[in-house]
Amino acid sequence: MQLVLRGITKRFGTLVANDRISLTVESGEIHCLLGENGAGKSTLMNVLYGLYQADEGEIELDGVVQHFTGPGDAMAAGIGMVHQHFMLIPVFTVAENVMLGNESTGFAGSLDTQAARERVREISERFGFDVNPDAVVEDIPVGVQQRVEIIKALSRDAEVLIFDEPTAVLTPQETDELMEIMRQLKGAGKAIVFITHKLREVREVADKITVIRLGKVVGEADPKSSNAELASMMVGRPVELTVHKGPGNFGDEALVVEGLTVHDDLGRVHVDDVSFTIRRGEILAVAGVQGNGQTELTEALLGLQAHVRGSIRLDGSELVGRSVRRILEAGVGFIPEDRTTDGLVGGFTIAENMMLNRSHGEPFVSHGSLRLDELHEFASDKLKEYDVRAPGIATLASQLSGGNQQKLVVARELSRDLRLLVAAQPTRGVDVGSIEFIHKQIVAGRDAGVPVLVVSSELDEVVALADRIMVLYRGRVVGVVPSDTPREVLGLMMTGERPEGAVA
Amino acid sequence: MSTDVSMPIEQTPIAGVTTIVDRKPAVIFGLATAGLALILLFAGVSDDTTFRLATPDDWAELPAVTVPAAPTAWLLVLICALCTAVSVSLLLKERRTPMVLVVVFAISWMIGFLTWAAAGASIPMVGLLAGSLALAVPLVFGALGGVLGERAGVVNIAIDGQLLAGAFAAAVVGSMTGVTWFGLVAAMAAGMLVALLLGLFAISYFVDQVIVGVVLNVLIIGLTSFMFSQVLAPNAESLNNPPRFDKIDIPVLGGIPLIGPILFRQTAVVYILYVVVALVTWALYRTRWGLRVRAVGEHPQAADTVGIKVNRTRYRTIILAGAIAGMGGAFYTLVSVPQFNREMTGGAGYIALAAVIFGKWDPIRATLAALLFGFASNLQGVLSVIGSPVPSQFMLMLPYVVTIFAVAGLVGRSRAPAADGVPYIKG
Repeated sequence: MQLVLRGITKRFGTLVANDRISLTVESGEIHCLLGENGAGKSTLMNVLYGLYQADEGEIELDGVVQHFTGPGDAMAAGIGMVHQHFMLIPVFTVAENVMLGNESTGFAGSLDTQAARERVREISERFGFDVNPDAVVEDIPVGVQQRVEIIKALSRDAEVLIFDEPTAVLTPQETDELMEIMRQLKGAGKAIVFITHKLREVREVADKITVIRLGKVVGEADPKSSNAELASMMVGRPVELTVHKGPGNFGDEALVVEGLTVHDDLGRVHVDDVSFTIRRGEILAVAGVQGNGQTELTEALLGLQAHVRGSIRLDGSELVGRSVRRILEAGVGFIPEDRTTDGLVGGFTIAENMMLNRSHGEPFVSHGSLRLDELHEFASDKLKEYDVRAPGIATLASQLSGGNQQKLVVARELSRDLRLLVAAQPTRGVDVGSIEFIHKQIVAGRDAGVPVLVVSSELDEVVALADRIMVLYRGRVVGVVPSDTPREVLGLMMTGERPEGAVA
Repeated sequence: MSTDVSMPIEQTPIAGVTTIVDRKPAVIFGLATAGLALILLFAGVSDDTTFRLATPDDWAELPAVTVPAAPTAWLLVLICALCTAVSVSLLLKERRTPMVLVVVFAISWMIGFLTWAAAGASIPMVGLLAGSLALAVPLVFGALGGVLGERAGVVNIAIDGQLLAGAFAAAVVGSMTGVTWFGLVAAMAAGMLVALLLGLFAISYFVDQVIVGVVLNVLIIGLTSFMFSQVLAPNAESLNNPPRFDKIDIPVLGGIPLIGPILFRQTAVVYILYVVVALVTWALYRTRWGLRVRAVGEHPQAADTVGIKVNRTRYRTIILAGAIAGMGGAFYTLVSVPQFNREMTGGAGYIALAAVIFGKWDPIRATLAALLFGFASNLQGVLSVIGSPVPSQFMLMLPYVVTIFAVAGLVGRSRAPAADGVPYIKG
């Protein structure tokens, strides 16, 4: 099947998310759509999948112009999508999820579950997926959930498969397996659209690469191009992909965590007997697949978790049991993993957001009233210093791009006298330019002698920033290893294996 | 560094689930047992209590059971105490109190209480239970409507309004036509109309569902009260004099001792109820329609991506739910009382809502919960008739106390449909 997108334009208000994008995808080919977050890749695919209607342009399958009014039409035409955030119902079984919307029924609309289970088994066997049709989706690992998404598309006889940022939630091993699956599907004659911003993956599987920037196609690239070439095409200027980081100048052990255990209200343990130390001027990076206790660990350091056992000592004084405010006063800076819910107040101005962690007393508050002049001066300075691109300090935080929002958070946290910096997913959903900048700032903090804990689900980021790497799996420390540990070893550790000799 | 020798972390004790066992059953058992024991200590009784189990038309007449009140009650307190002890020891071993124990405890406690409360008199058990069912019928209809709506992701606070509108429509149409079935159909239509309004605001205009529901209730109370005083009262003979459904004694089944007179000597509406409970349960879990309803209530976006029209599904479901709740309303005017009265549901819709939650959004469990509430209401009536020592004001509180304990205490954690109460906005 041949898929042609011709001159697709999609506007949201004044924002042009897709500007006359054209694309051709053939059967038996993996076509990569490369672009930064916010470049308009997902919008384009949602247009193709019928979730959005294009303002201009047309979609053609095998020479026939299509008019999709909803995903149902797209599916009927043979387009299947593996969504970035899986479109699976957590409390349903695999078979129920696969048949939903496409149910075979018997008497009076009663479900033929048996047929659906057979279908799952059959597809699962054909591609070697190893998926149990009766498992409840919320109980199976993320990698398997993704296969359920693929089965869902295949069970509807999809000829064009769209993978929207499929590797974001996978371990390196699962990513390799997914690449293998994509090659198999290609071998079976499917047309595959692979959306990503990860250069390594593109070069590994792509037959064709289309680069999108700011809603426009900037050109096609050769799969044999180097990382640097692809990156500069994606960003529009030469980019430094490596973090420049001098040898560390490590001081005493500043943060000592011992036997830290965190559980939630339901009694599930998320952090299990974790112990580690960070020296002054050292970056400890935490690697691990999302959901292995990283969030709870960082929140426990900030005093945001309710059920914490063990000890967290910063410069000799105990933090467990202190209120968040006391912990902040002890000099802990925190870049939360979700800036829009935990890092910023969207409806506040840049200036107001700048003082969120300094709302008690000097310099911005005196006798219960705000000292706006001091605040505005401070905010304007930091805006320049941290390269936050905004019309002014009165701009609302919600109006900034992801990268600028994140720089605002970084500015606020790093502009205090810190004794510890906790950075959770510091560059998630941030453009390459801002990533460069934020990394530099974190390294600058380290060089100034601040101990830093970085949590990231991007292995590249972990390796780039770390002086030492701690791998978490199911809430436990698999090991703490040097930053030059090979990626394969780290990948293995992220699945809970402990390669002998690798663990310090 | 070698990577070929490795130790899977699974071989070490893994992080996982430490069950935090709910303390509530043990505590409630203890308090309830102590309460009953205190009553017996300070308001002791010496008479006998008689439980009457038979009605005239049974196949075989069960004898009336007469027991000495005090020793029997104390024996049951002892059983309750045993249950409590088991529950506490399970708690200490970090295990849950099984449902069986809860049931044994509840029944023992209830019989112990009845023995004391009815000392020196006799309790008509058949009347007590059959009356409970009668009081529970509107609650069950309402709860089923509630379960359906919430499973599709629409919180329906307006159950009470649907019951009241149903009662009103049934009374008026029933009186005008003289046919009970027309009254029933009118009640369903009225319930659907309320559901349509709820859908319009909650689904199409994204208004907060709780607020819409409350406003609808107030609206229906106002409307029906106005119509009652201005239209129905002056023309009571022609507009508020509905015919009533007769009791149908099902042959054979109706003659089973104890059970027959309770379940199978009822009106057609109650038989419809049995069918509706079964149908809703089957449809929700075993049909394509049910799968889709549950899907839009759990993850509407996922449903949308497989081509299910989310809002259309929600509309259909709540309108059907409205029809069911409306039938519950008809029960008031076509079965219980022979005319419509101002605010005659007395907040039953809210109790039905409690039954939805107590029943964990499951039709069968919600039905059982509604039956429990019906029992609590009827107990109050029966005990005041036979002249129990409990002050009537306290007895009037009983259904509501049971509701609070049930919902807050014994339910434990229950999980509502994930998208319950959240309007679906595309994109």
